[in-house]
Amino acid sequence: MAEGRAPRAGADGKKFERRRRAAAAMAEEAPEDGAVRTLPSLRRLSRGLPFGRSHGRLIVPALCSQEKADPQKTAFVLRKAWTLYSVTPLYGFRRARLRDYARLLGAFIAAEKQKGLAVEVGVELDIKVALSSLADIRGSELDQAALLVQLSSRSRSSSRNSEDKPVWLGWFCSVFGDELSESVPEHFTCLPLFLSHGAESYTALVGSWFQKTFDCCFRRLAISPLNLSWMVAMWAGCKLDRAASAVELVFSVPRLAQPLDISYAIHPEDAKALWDTVQKTPGEITHEEVDVFMDCLYAHFHRHFKIHLSAAKLVKISTAIASAHCDGIVKILHSQYLPGVLMLLTELAISQIQ
Amino acid sequence: MQRRRSSKTPKQPLSIPNKSQTDLSAWRKGGKIDSEKSVQNNQSADDQKCESQEGSLEQALSYFQKAQDSVAPKKKSVEQEHLDAVESTALEQGLPPEGFEILLKVVLSGTFADTVNTRLLKSLIPASVIPENSVVTAVSWLCVGKCSSNIQLLFLKWLITMFDFIDHKEQLNALYGFFFSFLQDEKLCPYVCHVLYLLTRKENVRPFRIRTLLDLQAKMGMQSHLQALLSLYKLFCPEQVTITLPGRMKTYFKNSEGPWKAAITAVRQRNQGSSPLSQAVFLGTSQPQSRKRKWNAQLVIPASSASTKHLDEDREKSCFYLCSPNESFPVEQLQTFPQLLQNIHRLEFPSQMGSVLTNPLLLHYMNCVKDESIYLRLYYWMGQRLQEECPWCVVDNPYEEEFRSFLETVYKAECFLQEGFSACEEFLYKTLPLWDGICCRSEFLRLVSWIPLSSFSDIKPYLFDPLAQLFFTSSIYFKCSVLESLKELLQNWLIRSVIQMDLEISSVNTTLSGLVNTVAELVHFVGWISTVAMRLENNSTFLLYFILDFYGTVCDIYLKYNLPLLIMPPAGVFYPALLSMDSVNLNQLCYIMYRYRANLVAAKENELSKKKILQFKFSNRTYQEYNQYIIAMVGCLWTSSAFQKDTHPQGLCMDDKLLSKSAVKEVKSSFNIVYHPAMMGYSVKFLQQICPGDTALNFKLIKGKKWDWYLEYLYSQGLRGLKAFIESSISRVSQAARSKAGNADV
Repeated sequence: MAEGRAPRAGADGKKFERRRRAAAAMAEEAPEDGAVRTLPSLRRLSRGLPFGRSHGRLIVPALCSQEKADPQKTAFVLRKAWTLYSVTPLYGFRRARLRDYARLLGAFIAAEKQKGLAVEVGVELDIKVALSSLADIRGSELDQAALLVQLSSRSRSSSRNSEDKPVWLGWFCSVFGDELSESVPEHFTCLPLFLSHGAESYTALVGSWFQKTFDCCFRRLAISPLNLSWMVAMWAGCKLDRAASAVELVFSVPRLAQPLDISYAIHPEDAKALWDTVQKTPGEITHEEVDVFMDCLYAHFHRHFKIHLSAAKLVKISTAIASAHCDGIVKILHSQYLPGVLMLLTELAISQIQ
Repeated sequence: MQRRRSSKTPKQPLSIPNKSQTDLSAWRKGGKIDSEKSVQNNQSADDQKCESQEGSLEQALSYFQKAQDSVAPKKKSVEQEHLDAVESTALEQGLPPEGFEILLKVVLSGTFADTVNTRLLKSLIPASVIPENSVVTAVSWLCVGKCSSNIQLLFLKWLITMFDFIDHKEQLNALYGFFFSFLQDEKLCPYVCHVLYLLTRKENVRPFRIRTLLDLQAKMGMQSHLQALLSLYKLFCPEQVTITLPGRMKTYFKNSEGPWKAAITAVRQRNQGSSPLSQAVFLGTSQPQSRKRKWNAQLVIPASSASTKHLDEDREKSCFYLCSPNESFPVEQLQTFPQLLQNIHRLEFPSQMGSVLTNPLLLHYMNCVKDESIYLRLYYWMGQRLQEECPWCVVDNPYEEEFRSFLETVYKAECFLQEGFSACEEFLYKTLPLWDGICCRSEFLRLVSWIPLSSFSDIKPYLFDPLAQLFFTSSIYFKCSVLESLKELLQNWLIRSVIQMDLEISSVNTTLSGLVNTVAELVHFVGWISTVAMRLENNSTFLLYFILDFYGTVCDIYLKYNLPLLIMPPAGVFYPALLSMDSVNLNQLCYIMYRYRANLVAAKENELSKKKILQFKFSNRTYQEYNQYIIAMVGCLWTSSAFQKDTHPQGLCMDDKLLSKSAVKEVKSSFNIVYHPAMMGYSVKFLQQICPGDTALNFKLIKGKKWDWYLEYLYSQGLRGLKAFIESSISRVSQAARSKAGNADV
C-alpha cells in the first residue's frame, strides 16, 4: 500500500501531500512545496472570543456597499424573522446558470412532493422557483453577490395578471467573509450565511437540493449568549434618526420545573447613554467593554429585583437595529445597519464552518 | 430519422440461406473439439450420442428453415421429431450462434402454431453467444406483427434474459425507436421498459421520448417499470427530467428470467464458460428513514450520484480534449473494477464527495486523481457531519450508534487511502478535551492512528496532553486501546517517513532530523505514560502486553524503516517485563532485546564500514543503556547473578546482606530460566517428563546436558523470543567451541 502511493507522488517530482499541515500553519511556516494549501488551519481552534477577534477587539469596518446599496432592493430583508444556517462553500456553482438551476430546483421540489412520479424539467409546475443575484448585499470586493431563492405558488386563476403568491424565501450571502473566501480555490463559491423565511419543509427541500447539487453542508446557526451580549452592546450604541424601540433582553432560568423567562427592557436612550460611558474609542469595541456593559445592566437589575441575571441564560435580545434569538433566528429592522448585522452573522457562520 | 433508417433492416438479413449451413458444420467440428477438451475421459458412446445429436440438430434447423418458405402442409410427426431434436440439444449443450437466426425467424414469422413457437423460444439457449444480426432480424419480424401477442411477450422476456449474451449491441441500439413504439402496448409495456432500460444510452434520451413516457405515466399512474426507465433518463439527462423514487422499492422489473434461467445455468456449467453478468439495476432510491430527523442533520452517507452541473461545460471541454469522448461515465453505473479501468478517463466524481467513503472503486479513483478540490469538498462535508453529530459535543444527541458506525466508515476509508483526513484531525483536536473516554472509544481512538506526521510540539497540546490526562484517569482497557492506537500511529508515521525519504523530499518540516525528533518524542511519550500506567495498574500483565507490543515496533526502526533512531524502553517498563509473572511477556521482552541487538550491531557495522561521516550516529548512551539491560537480563535468566551485576541505577542490584535478610534460599538463581516465576510452569512440566515417577521436584537436576534438553524443551514450547535472545546474546562455551570449529573449516 505504501509503495502504491509513491509513484503518484513522484510523478511530477513534487511532493503531493494534500493535507493541510495544520500544525505547521500554527507555527506559521511557509508551505512545504508547490501545492497550494487550501484547507483551513487549526489556528481557529485557539479562538475563544466571539467574532474572531483575536485580541477581543472589533473594528467596525467602513461598509463599502452602503452608499451604493439601493434600499428598495433590500427592503424585503427587513422585519422578517429569518432562520440562520451556515453553508460550506458551494462547489461548481455558476452564476450564469441561475435560470437552469431554478428549473432544476423547481422540478426537484415537484418530484420530491410526488415521490415516484417523474417530472419534466422546465414545465410549469405548482411551485415556481426564481433564483436571482442581489448585487447590493456584499461587503468587500472578495464577497460574492448574495443569492436569492424565491418560491411562489402559481395562482390557479386563469387571469394572467394575478400575482404568484410567495410561499418561501431564502438567501445566501457573504458580507466581509474574506477569511473564508481567501482560503478556497477556484470552483468554490463562498456564501457562508443562509437565511430562510417560510415553512421548514421548503427549507429542507431547497437545502437538500443545494447540498446535492453543490456538495455543500447546511447547518443551523445558533447564537451563543456571549455573542448575543456582543450584539446587544453593539446595537444599543447605534445612533438612530427616528424614535427607537426599547432595548430588550430575555433571559431563561435553567433547571426549573416550569420554564421561567425574564424580560429586561431598557429605554433605548438609557442603553445608549450607558454604552457611551463604557466605550472608550468610538468605532472600536473590546471584550472588556462588553463585559462592563452587561455587568452594569446585571447590577442594576439586581438592585431592584435581587436576581442575578448573570446566572441565567441570555436567550434573546432586541434592539431598534435587530433582534436575535439564541436558536438562530434574527429579525433585522433597520436598513442602514443591514450590512453590519450581516457581517456579524457571516462571521459566526464562518466560525461554524471552520 | 432513426426510424426511417432502421426500417430498412428487416429486408436485409433474409438472403443467407446456404451460408448458415456451412457455418453450422463448422460449428459441429468446433463443438466436437470442445467436447473433447472439456470431458477428457469421455466414453465413445457419449461421443456418438453427441455427434448424432448435432446431426439431428442440423437437420432440424434446415427443416425449420425450409418450412418457413414452403407452403406444403407439414407432417406433424416430422415436425415433432425436429422440435425434439432442437429442444434436447438446447437443454444439453445450448444452441450454436448460427441457429438463432433461423429459429427466431421461424418463431416470429408465425409459420407454426403458437405451441411450437413457444417450445422453440423456450429452447433458445445459447451455447456461447447470440449474434446481434439474428436479434435484429427477429425484431424486424416482431415489427411485422405476424406472431401472436403471447409470442411477442415471450420474445421480449427472452431478449431481456439473453441480453448479455448478445455479442454486439450497436445495431440493436439503432432499433431503440422501434422498441420505444411498443410501449403503447399495455401488455408489453413492462417488458419493453426493461428492454429499453438495458438498451438506453445517453443519446437515446430525447425530449420527445421523455414526454411520451410522462404521458404514459399520466395515463397509467405510478408504475415501477416506468419509474425505473425514467430514473435512468434522469441519470443521463438530469437537466430534462427528474424523479424521486420512493424509499421502499426493491424490484423495478418483474422477474422475466422465465423458463430459461435454470437451463442457462446448466448449459453454462456444462460448457464451463463464464457468462457475462447481468446488468444490475442501479437506481438510487431515497434513504429509508427509520425516524424523523432534521433534513440536514443525517449521518447518512450520500449515495453516489452523478453531478448535474457540468452539463454545458462538457460540451465546451470536448473541444479541448480530443481524446475524451464528450460524455462522462455516470458513477451510478460504476459497479466493477474493470469498468473503473475502462472509464477512468471519463469518470467524474459524484455530486456529493461524501459518497466515496463507502465506495471502494471511487476510493481507488480518488487515489489516482490529483485534485485539491476533492479533498476540500470532503473536508467540509466531513467536518460538518462530525461536529454536528458528535455525541459528546451536541447536547442530547441520542444517535451514538450511528456516530460509531460513521467513525468506523471514516477509519476504514483512511486505511484504504493510507492517509488521514484533515477533517478528522481537526475533529480529534477539537473534541478530545471534551471527550469522556467512553463514548465510541475504540472508533475514536483509532482515528488517532491516522494523524499525519507533523512536529510533535505542535500537536502535543491538542493531542498528547488531553490524551495523557484521559489515559491516567481511565480504565486499563482504555489504556490498552490508547497504546494500541499509538503503536498504529507510530507505524503509519514510519511508513510515511520511508516514502518521504525514498522520494528524497526534504522540506522545512520533514527534514530527517525533524522526522527523527518527532518520532523520538512520540516514543518517549509512550515510554512515559507506560511507566506511569505500570505503576497505576500494579504491573498488569495485560497492560504490559500492549506496552511491549509498542516496543516491538520501536526496536526495529533502524533496520525496518531505515530511520537512525533507537530508543530503549524505560526501566519502568523493562524491569517489570523482566520480572513478569507471565512467560508471554518475558518471551516478548527477549525478542525485543534480540531485535535491539540486531539493530545496534547493524548500525555499528554501518558506522565502521562507511568511511564518510554519517549524519547520524547512535549515541554511546544508547549502547550503554542496552548493555546495562543485557547484563541485568543475562544475570537474571542465565548466570544466576541477578542481584550482583546489574549496573542500571534503577536496576535490581542489591547488597548481599540485604538479600540474606529476605531469608529466601538460592536468591541468586531465583530468576534464571528454571526458577523464574514466568518459567516455573515449564520447568515443572519438564521435570515431570524426564523423571515421571519423581513427585518431589528437584530443580537442581536441570544442569549440564539436562540444561540443554531443557532449553530445547522451552524452544519447542514456542518460546521463540527466548531462543533468539539466548542464541544471539549469550555466548555459551560449548556453542562458542562449535562455531569456532565452523569458522576454522571455512
